[in-house]
Order: sequence, then C-alpha cells, then structure tokens
Amino acid sequence: MSPLLRVENLAVHIGGLVAIADASFSVPEGQVVSLIGPNGAGKTTAFNVITGYMRPTAGRILFDGAEITGLSPDRIAERGIVRSFQRTSVFTGCTVLENALMALHRRGSAGLLGALLRLPSARREEARLRAEAWAMLEFVGLAGRAETPAEVLAYGEQRRLGIALAAIASPRLLLLDEPAAGLNPSETAECMALIRQLRDRGMTVLLVEHDMPMVMQISDAIVVLNQGRIIATGAPAEIRRHPEVIRAYLGSGEYQEAGHAAA
Amino acid sequence: MSKLLPWLFVAALALLPVAFPDPYLLAVLTSAGIFIIGAISLNLLLGYTGQLSLGHVAFFGLGAYTSALAALGFDIGIGFGLRITLAPQPAWLGFIAAIVVAGGFGWLLGRLAFRVRGAYFVIITICFAQVLRMVALNWIELTQGPMALISIPPFSLWLPGQGVVALYSKAQNYWLVLAVAVVAFLVVRQVVESRIGRALVALRSNESLARSVGIRVTHYLVIAAVISAGIAGAAGSLFAHYVRIVDPDVFLFIYTVTMVIMVITGGKGTLWGPVVGGLIFGLIPDLLRGHAAPEAQWVAYGVAMILFVMFLPRGIVPALASLRPRP
Repeated sequence: MSPLLRVENLAVHIGGLVAIADASFSVPEGQVVSLIGPNGAGKTTAFNVITGYMRPTAGRILFDGAEITGLSPDRIAERGIVRSFQRTSVFTGCTVLENALMALHRRGSAGLLGALLRLPSARREEARLRAEAWAMLEFVGLAGRAETPAEVLAYGEQRRLGIALAAIASPRLLLLDEPAAGLNPSETAECMALIRQLRDRGMTVLLVEHDMPMVMQISDAIVVLNQGRIIATGAPAEIRRHPEVIRAYLGSGEYQEAGHAAA
Repeated sequence: MSKLLPWLFVAALALLPVAFPDPYLLAVLTSAGIFIIGAISLNLLLGYTGQLSLGHVAFFGLGAYTSALAALGFDIGIGFGLRITLAPQPAWLGFIAAIVVAGGFGWLLGRLAFRVRGAYFVIITICFAQVLRMVALNWIELTQGPMALISIPPFSLWLPGQGVVALYSKAQNYWLVLAVAVVAFLVVRQVVESRIGRALVALRSNESLARSVGIRVTHYLVIAAVISAGIAGAAGSLFAHYVRIVDPDVFLFIYTVTMVIMVITGGKGTLWGPVVGGLIFGLIPDLLRGHAAPEAQWVAYGVAMILFVMFLPRGIVPALASLRPRP
C-alpha cells in the first residue's frame, strides 16, 4: 500500500543556510508518525514546506499519490492536510464556538446567494455546522467554554483549542507542531489522549514534539532529523537504541547544546 | 440589541418627515444618510476584513458619474473615427449601472491590490481614487471636467395611483435614501452573519491559521471588495440624483476620511458602528452651524475625534455593548 504522505529528496535552502539538505520519508495512512531532532534540525521547515507556507529548493511532496509541491496553503488544506502551529494559534477576538465554526469552513459550501437570501440550503448547512462545532467542542472538552473569547482561555485550553481547530476540518493528515510545548504532565497526558482519539477517528498524524516520553509512547514510527538530514527511521524501540540518534539527540541529555551546534 | 428595536428606529426615521417637515433638517439627514451608506460599505472592508481602503470614495465617485452619465446620455469619440453613443436612460437604470460599474472596479482592485497588503494596499487605493479624479477632470468630452455634469434628473418612481413620479421633494429623497440605507445594512448583515462573514473575520484575526484550515484568502477578500464597492456605488448614484450635479470633487480625499472617521468612531467591525458614527459626524457639523463660527466648529470636530480615539479606541458601539450587564 502506498503511503498517504511521501516526501522525496526534499531540500530547502534559506539564503545561504541549508535548512533541509536531502530528506525522504513517508507517513503511512492511519499511523502516528513523529518527526524529532534537535532545535534547528529542520522539523518546522519540513512542516512549512509540506503545508505550502514555504517552497522547497528541490524535491517533491506527494499526498495520496498526487504531487502537492508548491501549492498554496489553502489549496493543500482543501486536499486534506491541515496543521497546527508551534505557538498558540487561535482566532483571537472570537469566542471558542466562533473559532470552531471558522475552522469548519471547509465543511460548508454556502455561497453569497445563500447568505444574502438565507436560502433553506444555507440555513440547513449552518445548523449542521453548528452541530459539528458543538460536537467537536464536547470531544475536546471545551464545550463549557464555548462563549468564552479564545484569548481568555488558560494556556493548556488554548493549546487544546489549537489542535481542535486543526482537527475539526476532518483532515486526512493532521500535522501537529509541538502540541505539548509548555504543558504540565497532566495536560500532556490529556493531549496524548486527544491525539490517540483523533487517530482512532481515522486521521493520520504527523507530529513534531520535544517531549520524548510522549513521542515514544504515542508514535507508530519515528523519523529523526539532524542538521537537515534524516539519520534514522523506525519504530520507537529501534530509535531508542539507534547509536547515531543517541549521539545526536537522545543520549547526552544535553540537546540544548546539540541544538546550538545544529543552528 | 433585541430584534424589534432596530425596526422601531427605522420606523421613527421613516415618520420623521411627517412629524417634522422641516426641509433643512431633511436635507441634512439625507446627505448624512448618503454618507452613512458609504460608511456601511467601507465597514465591510475596514471592519470585517481589516483592510484599510483610503480610496473608498473612488467607488462612490464612480457610482455618481456612472449614474449621471447614464441619465444624461453621452456621445464620445474613442479614436479611429469610432464613437460611443448612449441615449439618456431612466434613473433607476443608472442606479443599477452604478452598482455594477463600481462593483466591477471593486473586483479589479481586489484582484490587483490584495496581492499586496498593509501599507501597499492603502497606497494603491489612494492612487486609484486620485487617478479617477484626474480622469474626471481631464476627459472633458465625457465628464465636462471641472464644468461638472449638471441638470441631472432626479430619481423617479412608479407609485400606485399616481403613475411615474419624479422625486423632487426633500421628503421623497429622504425616504429613498433611508430605504437604500436599510437595504445596504441588511446586505452587509446577511454577509457578515454567514459562512462568508466568518471567513472574513478569520482572515482578519489570524491569516496563517485561516489559510491552514482551507479559507481561500483572495477569494473572500474579493467578494468583500465587490460588495463594498457596489454599495458605495449605489450611494454615489443617490448623491448624483439628489444633488443633481457631479463634479470631479466627488473623488476628494476628504470624503474618504469622513467615511473612515464615521466607521472608526462608531465602531469598526460592528453592524451599527457606521450608522452611529455616521449620524454623529454627519449631523454635528450642520447642527453647530448656527451657533459657532466655522473655525471653532472644525476645532471642536477635531477635538471630539481625538477624544474618541483616546477613550473609546474600539468605537462607541462596542463601548456601549460592554456597558450592558452580561447575563
């Protein structure tokens, strides 16, 4: 079976800096795959290229067998890849429910005429979208906060809303950029449970995360990047024992230093 | 706001000419109303998409000229011995043409300008209005240049039992403007409170996130630009047939500024903001006219504006809304 996402010989040069030298990996459908590596290894760059926010210098990205290299973010989202962002990213100035409705955009189709005349089809769609928004808020445990402005939420709740916003459009591939960053252990556990539930709903997940215990527990496969190159790919148990990974990233426990070296 | 209150407000405005048939009051309210329609249209762009169009008066002027030229007819050479001739058309046809032409230019400007955002968009919109003013000044064969288009016929309306009636009286024009303002308000409300409106607000609030969930930026910004420009064109058409003279000064920057001030003081991104701001800044200068020297008035006007921006930066309507006790 061909993988859902396939990255082939990807290279990204930013000015003179080689952010990604030559990376190939794939994400099989229905799995949780993690992309790990020291700071500056090129993980977020890879995310940006896959979702169309940056153009690669070389290489191809195939989604479900079709090339998506160089498409705009909104077109890529229409194909079924949606991402979350590293820093907290919600629609500020809008309530949690409005946030959910905005993220449901792709699930609706009402146009200008439907809006102006409040056609029955547009009304039905609106009711359906509201029901879906409520269902998603129930699912991520934010239904009680529906009328709260998004920027007033606690940090952990904002992160959860960020994931929910990416997941709510029912993408086939969900890219999560450090969803557990800054969360306490119990919030991290909730976050992991949420990602598992999303996978069980049929979403494939590509994850960038620094929290190693979480990565090891949740991933079906791990791709290790270092200085723009992939140094290992495999199941968590293999990665844990991989000598190069231990040297570059895991073993020393000083990945801050490794990060500076890579940057 | 409860559902009934806005309609009571409209009903009170509609009954005003019967209760106070003062032609001066009606004239002031009518011209304020035309600007409020312009402010309502600007609010869709400035308030809901967050794009500052400082050339908004371009659409207003385009509407005014289109409508006036359709009503007067024209006969111009376009080179190679070819001529375009248009016989005078009824005013309502000019009104529709004004909406279509202004909307068309809105589409064009949207396609061109939304490739560049922020300061560049602002500059392009200013240039757009200036270029149109130059065209109006210099294409004398079509626009009469600074001599202006004069003797523009008023709107006419078919009324049951009276046949086609030309709207010469102040009260009739007042009602017409009120009716168009209500329609413009409703159009903007329907758009804003829909999937399209949510997409616009999403883009204003967090564009990267909006794109990542599949909202097509250009598509929605262009829709907003077309609707906004079309409504501004309708306001321009009302202006042309009410004042019955159109000169290149309809493209003056000060009119854009007036509309921007109405939107910002009233509360941008709120449906009632441009109405409240428009009533205040449309009426105050005229109400003060008898009581203070013009210079003092303009100073008061400026001070009031600064105070608004300092103490109610989000505008009057959001400030009032936050005063109301929450349930």
